[in-house]
Amino acid sequence: MAKIEWMLNGTPISSDIDLSMRLLDYLRDHQHLKGPKEGCGEGECGACAVLIDHQIANSCLVPMANVAGHEVVTIEGFAKTKRYQIIAQAFIDCGAVQCGFCTPGMIIATESLLHHQPQPTISEIKVALSGNLCRCTGYNMIIEAITLAAKRGRGEW
Amino acid sequence: MKFQPDIGTPIPRVDAKEKISGAAAYINDIDMPGMLYAKTLRSKMAHGKIIKRHYPTLPEGYAIIDYRHIPGTNIVKAIYEDWQIFPVDEVRYIGEPILLVVGENKDVIIDILEAIEITYEEMEPQFEWIDSVIHYHYEKKHGSRPFADANRIIEHTYETGYQEQAYIEPQGMIGYLDQDKMTLIGSIQCPYYVKNAVLMALGWENERVRVIQAHVGGAFGGKEEYPSLIACQLAMAVIQVNKPVKLIFEREEDIIASTKRHPAQIAMKAAIDSEGHIMALKVHVGIDAGAVIGLSGVVLSRAMIAATGAYTIENLDVTGDVYRTHSVPTGAFRGFGAPQMMFAIEMFMEHIARNLGKEPLAYRMAYVAKQYDLTATSGTFRDPILMQKMIEEAMKRSRYEEKALQYQNLHRYQGIGMSFFLHGCGFTGSGEATTIKAKVRLRREASGVVHILIAAVDMGQGVRTAMRKLVAHMLEVPIDQVIYDLPDTDCVPDSGPTVASRTMMIVGGLVARAAQRLGMEPQIAVEIEETYHQPSEIQWDEARMQGDAYPAYSWGVNVVEVAVDPVTGEVSVVGAWSVYDVGKAIDTLMVRGQADGGLAQGIAYGYLEVMRHHQGKIQQRNLTDYIIPTAADMPPMETYLFDNPYAYGPYGAKGVGELTLVGGAPAIAKAIEMAIKRQITKIPVTPEMIMELMTHGED
Ligand code: FES
Ligand code: FES
Repeated sequence: MAKIEWMLNGTPISSDIDLSMRLLDYLRDHQHLKGPKEGCGEGECGACAVLIDHQIANSCLVPMANVAGHEVVTIEGFAKTKRYQIIAQAFIDCGAVQCGFCTPGMIIATESLLHHQPQPTISEIKVALSGNLCRCTGYNMIIEAITLAAKRGRGEW
Repeated sequence: MKFQPDIGTPIPRVDAKEKISGAAAYINDIDMPGMLYAKTLRSKMAHGKIIKRHYPTLPEGYAIIDYRHIPGTNIVKAIYEDWQIFPVDEVRYIGEPILLVVGENKDVIIDILEAIEITYEEMEPQFEWIDSVIHYHYEKKHGSRPFADANRIIEHTYETGYQEQAYIEPQGMIGYLDQDKMTLIGSIQCPYYVKNAVLMALGWENERVRVIQAHVGGAFGGKEEYPSLIACQLAMAVIQVNKPVKLIFEREEDIIASTKRHPAQIAMKAAIDSEGHIMALKVHVGIDAGAVIGLSGVVLSRAMIAATGAYTIENLDVTGDVYRTHSVPTGAFRGFGAPQMMFAIEMFMEHIARNLGKEPLAYRMAYVAKQYDLTATSGTFRDPILMQKMIEEAMKRSRYEEKALQYQNLHRYQGIGMSFFLHGCGFTGSGEATTIKAKVRLRREASGVVHILIAAVDMGQGVRTAMRKLVAHMLEVPIDQVIYDLPDTDCVPDSGPTVASRTMMIVGGLVARAAQRLGMEPQIAVEIEETYHQPSEIQWDEARMQGDAYPAYSWGVNVVEVAVDPVTGEVSVVGAWSVYDVGKAIDTLMVRGQADGGLAQGIAYGYLEVMRHHQGKIQQRNLTDYIIPTAADMPPMETYLFDNPYAYGPYGAKGVGELTLVGGAPAIAKAIEMAIKRQITKIPVTPEMIMELMTHGED
């Protein structure tokens, strides 16, 4: 157990916590933030993705020790932004959601991409999604949604 | 009458918002006060006798649940009842669940699991396909008799491997007692399968078991029969500890222990006359059930009935066997036997043509089924078949001819392949009429709000959106006036399982009929019920496998283009085009979603997804070893739909979900054949296989 100071969804917090605990477990079990999902627990699927300092990270692989001094944003926190609204609407319009289990992670991947590259090409999108598995959609409609979000959200990123 | 857009015009998916925001509750997102966790101890032996069980002394609040806690029958109710809830004294596959450890703290549970000692006496495991538990046979017209007069006989054997459903959400369930009612919430496809299984395991009366669906994070058949096993085990645990218990699989457990697609070996033989025509086919389908037969007989029959694929062949002799082995049980997976068969027949037709020195495409086209032809089981294709036009469309969109010509003549390791296929909609044979007997209800409240009461599960295919749209459209009310909650067996009748591409056509057909009656009902607050009746012209003889195996068929054409790296044998998929006849799309965007996702799985089955066992041990442990497509693996996909309304489907809709998977593997295998100029008889076509074929293979 040790004390760490960090930011979660815009709020500074200090937690007295087992430093080896996975960020994913902390978020889901201690904060009741169920948006990040566990699909594999091994860093393969991206269902547990969150943003750490604007960069996508698989929370199942991040020990609490590593979040000290950093800013973590989950889908719940990101959902309060205008950028989220743009991405969410594009996902709806393009039919990019099926079972939805991968979807919060896909939204996080989109935000991480557009933050670094607001007007991505198709191949940049594919690279950005390489850590997020989707078994339902075959990815095309997700790629279209990201393209549409980038277009509609010009100037937001 | 108000202006109504065409039913197929896309609308937003009703549950998209909650799924995007992370608010939709999947099973692992649900917690209950006082809830405990369960974890499974699994067999490490493919075949063994349990000689002794040593259980440690348990800390307060922890329990071990095994076969001794089963009050009813130690069998999971499925079609073939050989599936034990917990083994008594014999384990039959690696990964077989032996017991559950239940308690509050996951670390303590792990410690207990590690302290348990099971002493086995090793028994000889069987991995050869020799123990046939189910054997079927049927003939068409003169069966194999024309072989006696054949000018030439061509034969090839085709093999297909395991495929893992790889839903991104692993299996999971929560059980609890609500007063004295056993309640299970789960990631499931078939609420009533689970309910009936638990009833039998507990030996309780009907009212005392309730099953509720949580949001399902993908299923693809993997949550058809398998969750019944988890539910039975969990129910025992709940009785013992009298607290809610949650059981969530880790990815590795899910991969090693849950049901997969049946590996198959399909031997095809054609009798050819002096002009090069096919006089008859002789087909044998062998599938590996693993240690549990379960649904395998039904999988086998679907495969056998699909023996001629999208073609009409006059004489047929088709046999099949389900083999029991000491490997992981296989079961339902989108396509249900058809993907294996479609690969075999599509390759075989191509290979026959090539062996005869004929142009494969023209040769195949000549056999494509036409309206009023007899099906493989001597039923009739009653409805119009649009395949000729669909094939032309697919060729035009993909520029098939131009590319094929170029790739055949140049040695640039590029190829394009085209598959023709069909899929029977609904349960095979008399299943709908005699076993399922689907029942649906619509209830209109005094406020005018209409509830759709069916047991169909939305596992991503969009059935909640489609059904609400259907009813809203028919009653000409806004969609938010129509409610369709996640099914709960205490509230909805048994409309059957969410499988077999039956939901829109069969259940949706009943819902549409009920909506029509509701529309004419003068009273506002009223409930309407509809029950399935087989159209009288559809006749099926189960014992002889003769007649109309399905009330209707959906049809498809896939074109896949590839490039192969001659140095590594790596395949890249360059493009994919599909043309489908699904009767009528209830929502074109959702059908496209199915088309993209199904084709991705079908293509990957053909070249990417490798799963093998060694002495009964699955060699792939996680999503790093078992590769499914990423965004980078998938090409742009174009899909075109042909309307061909089916009289009994709502607005003419037929099945969609499985159709989109069955053509992918043969299309890519043919494309790879063209690229490497070698004959392929086995999937997945891995880079190693390609390198081997390029060195030693036949043209
Ligand atoms: S659960 Fe973290 S990457 Fe899959
Ligand atoms: S929508 Fe189901 S995994 Fe992506």
